[in-house]
Amino acid sequence: MFPNSPVFPPQASTLSHKVDALFFFMLGGAIFFSLLIVAVLVFFLVKYRRRHPDESGRVLTGHATLLEITWTGIPFVLLMVCFFWGAHVFFGASRPPADAAQYYVYGKQWMWKVEHPDGKREINAFHVPVGVPIKLTMTSEDVIHDFAVPAFRLKMDVLPGRYTTAWFKATAVGQYHIFCDQYCGVEHSKMVGTIYVMEPQDYRAWVAGQGAFGPAGGTVASGAELFVSKACTTCHRPDSSARAPILQGVFGSKVALLGGQTVTADENYIRESILNPQAKIVQGYQPIMPTFKDQLSEEEVIQLIKYIKDLKPEGAAAGSATAAPEAPAVPGSKS
Amino acid sequence: MSETVTASEAPRENYLNRDHSVASWLLTRDHKRIAILYLIGISIFFALGGLMAVLIRAELATPQGDLFPADVYNRLFTMHGILMIFFFLIPSIPAVLGNFLIPLMVGAKDLAFPRINLLSWYLYMVGASFTFVSMLWGGIDTGWTFYTPLSTTFATGQVLLTAVGIFIAGFSSILTGLNFIVTIHRMRAPGLTWFRLPLFVWAHYATSIIQVLGTPVIAITILLVGAERLFHIGVFDPKYGGDPVLFQHLFWFYSHPAVYIMILPAMGVISELVTCFSRKKIFGYHFIALSSLAIAVLGFLVWGHHLFISGQSVVAGTIFSFLSMFVAVPSAVKVFNWTATLYKGSVSLETPMLYALGFIGVFLIGGLTGVMLATLGIDIHVHDTYFIVAHFHYVMVGSAIMGYLGGMHFWWPKITGRLYPAFISKVAAVVVFIGFNVTFLPQFILGYLGMPRRYHTYAPEFQTWNVMSSAGATVLGIGYLLPVLYLLWSLKYGEKAPANPWHATGLEWQTASPPPLENFEVTPVVTEDPYSYPDGTLRPKEVPVGV
Ligand code: HEC
Ligand SMILES: [Cu+2]
Ligand SMILES: [Cu+2]
Repeated sequence: MFPNSPVFPPQASTLSHKVDALFFFMLGGAIFFSLLIVAVLVFFLVKYRRRHPDESGRVLTGHATLLEITWTGIPFVLLMVCFFWGAHVFFGASRPPADAAQYYVYGKQWMWKVEHPDGKREINAFHVPVGVPIKLTMTSEDVIHDFAVPAFRLKMDVLPGRYTTAWFKATAVGQYHIFCDQYCGVEHSKMVGTIYVMEPQDYRAWVAGQGAFGPAGGTVASGAELFVSKACTTCHRPDSSARAPILQGVFGSKVALLGGQTVTADENYIRESILNPQAKIVQGYQPIMPTFKDQLSEEEVIQLIKYIKDLKPEGAAAGSATAAPEAPAVPGSKS
Repeated sequence: MSETVTASEAPRENYLNRDHSVASWLLTRDHKRIAILYLIGISIFFALGGLMAVLIRAELATPQGDLFPADVYNRLFTMHGILMIFFFLIPSIPAVLGNFLIPLMVGAKDLAFPRINLLSWYLYMVGASFTFVSMLWGGIDTGWTFYTPLSTTFATGQVLLTAVGIFIAGFSSILTGLNFIVTIHRMRAPGLTWFRLPLFVWAHYATSIIQVLGTPVIAITILLVGAERLFHIGVFDPKYGGDPVLFQHLFWFYSHPAVYIMILPAMGVISELVTCFSRKKIFGYHFIALSSLAIAVLGFLVWGHHLFISGQSVVAGTIFSFLSMFVAVPSAVKVFNWTATLYKGSVSLETPMLYALGFIGVFLIGGLTGVMLATLGIDIHVHDTYFIVAHFHYVMVGSAIMGYLGGMHFWWPKITGRLYPAFISKVAAVVVFIGFNVTFLPQFILGYLGMPRRYHTYAPEFQTWNVMSSAGATVLGIGYLLPVLYLLWSLKYGEKAPANPWHATGLEWQTASPPPLENFEVTPVVTEDPYSYPDGTLRPKEVPVGV
């Protein structure tokens, strides 16, 4: 079922080729130098073997400064090459392209839940289109997990209480393992799933064939509904600017805080604003917002964040706070 | 040789035969007897930890979980890690060989604080007992790394009891380190300047610094875990306002340097072995001595390489990767120094030397794969897989235990006054080397294929390599069992050992085997640099003094 080689994992993402190139470079170097040292060792062992029980070694005088500089310098230079090359690969793996499609991943003991841009959900399965950059925003509902797809050379811890991100662009249609790589309790080794990389048209067909909520069904209300039902609207409404900041356009903007600092309103900031509003107070407002810590599940928080993300700045075709956000495009539909 | 044998055969009083009562052992303040007490303690825990390894490898021979349920398996690998790291590897070379040899090597009668030395052993045993009781009483399934909030909020089992055990044993480690530092500073024999100290002593000096500075951090961290678990103080669990990654920073701030607590003493042993069995001054004495210190200091600056994908910032990850590269340089140069020592030496392949060569082999692999893991672009793929498992077993099991066994075989005649059978011990050394590599080389492949660590069940395509690994573990088990048998045998039937069976330099060889209670009949005076072997042939004056 999985495209296996017994010694090497499939290469199924843009990252996999980069990681492997670096790995082979280092593996080659490691083998070369190991063999060199072993060869020298064996040569010395034979050449200078003890021939008489009372024999001892020769006393060498003088210094081998040049030798010492060489064998310190060469490893150092090679290590620096590894470092820079490795950092380069890592930077690329850490920065999702701007046009990446946004998916959400929830880890919980012991399953993976995935949410597609249009709100469809799956458990321990993950359908994605090939050739499309996909960004994952991930959080855990309990302990630390780790979302790993060896075929993509992708791995990122999934933490409770905040969001981590990862991204990939699949390059080969097929089915690959999802593993949880961070030990997370009794059924850690059962926290596995399958990622299905599909042609974009197959992916679109799959999305269309899944009904409104996808195979995992859906009981989670949309962000727009939550925004009303959790009474955010009593304070956050375009007409009552005195009580609470207007959330249109806030996502991605720089927010001035009480005390003079500014923060960029990213997912972690919005999350904190909802669950722990006292942590950072927006300049010019009273700390009256109640915490919603025990009233929202991780998935509901994500729905609210998605909703707030889609609220367009004032003047830009946005309706009232209760208007439904635009349905996000299905990734892969451009290609 | 025959003269020396008869010399030591005289009914001479030594530290072993002067009093046989149990109390004389349990209340002893003699560093040599305390070393033996430690040897007994760590051997028991090594056997227990090894037994768990056998069960783990048996379970992993098939992809399904057919031997144990998941929670039992998780308890097995957790206890395997805890016993092997905290109760075997960390005390192994320092508390046994270091305890025995450091006073001898510096020409002193004992360590600076003999009573504290005994206290260390009791703390170790009490700590170990707590952990052992917790194991019988349900065990824990957090992994030896205790990651939060799993350990603080979710794990069932005896987390607190185990933590208390490790906490107590930590004090034993601190006190041993303190004892060594003071002894090395204050109790060197006349003429024994710093740069005449054997490299074994230098390595233990560096190790002691880590033990004294690092262990309190893990002690505090353990207390915080306990407080979080009991009172939800909100340090580590985000549910109570804590930061789960903070734990990892604190934990690795100790546990990365702890790797050097395990490997530096082994490197010290290897330096002694290579020079003795080449009968030649070690190449780059000053470099090796000081690089131990450099490794100890640098070791405190690289903990973040365990957190590259834990949500730590990209900048922090880059800095930690950069710093980790610097630790690799002195380690690599040490390997070159050992190799260069053979040049124009008089090399003989006695059992301890086989272990030294084995050490170099596995340390090369362990070290080079360590560099791969410190490289960001590779760690993102292999972190938390069997690649890591293989890597740290190469460093901690392969290298550290090779060093420990090499040292054991080297100083066994000194410690017990007996020689062990040469041939069978060489066979055992080869069996250990082969068994080790067959066990752990396949795990690198498994790791790159993506098999995560701590998996009770795994995908079927990983089975071949797992079977190979389990088969290797059987061979390795035999390899570890053989020395136990013939060393015990030698206690009664072994040939009596002369004072200096290997014609080694160093003060410990200038006193009888086994040494008298106060180590030296007359306080030695040092007039030479270490490892001053004569040029070409052994001088007749090599007949040991003080016998
Ligand atoms: C009782 C009034 C009140 C309610 C109800 C309320 N908020 Fe707020 N909210 C505020 C105030 C006041 C601030 C600004 C002060 C601060 O930062 O706490 C704020 C700040 C925010 C911010 C940060 C805005 C920025 O410009 O940085 C976000 C995001 C937010 N709220 C979301 C929500 C959501 C989602 C809900 C419903 C689940 C909600 N709020 C319910 C009063 C409220
Ligand atoms: Cu897990
Ligand atoms: Cu480390």
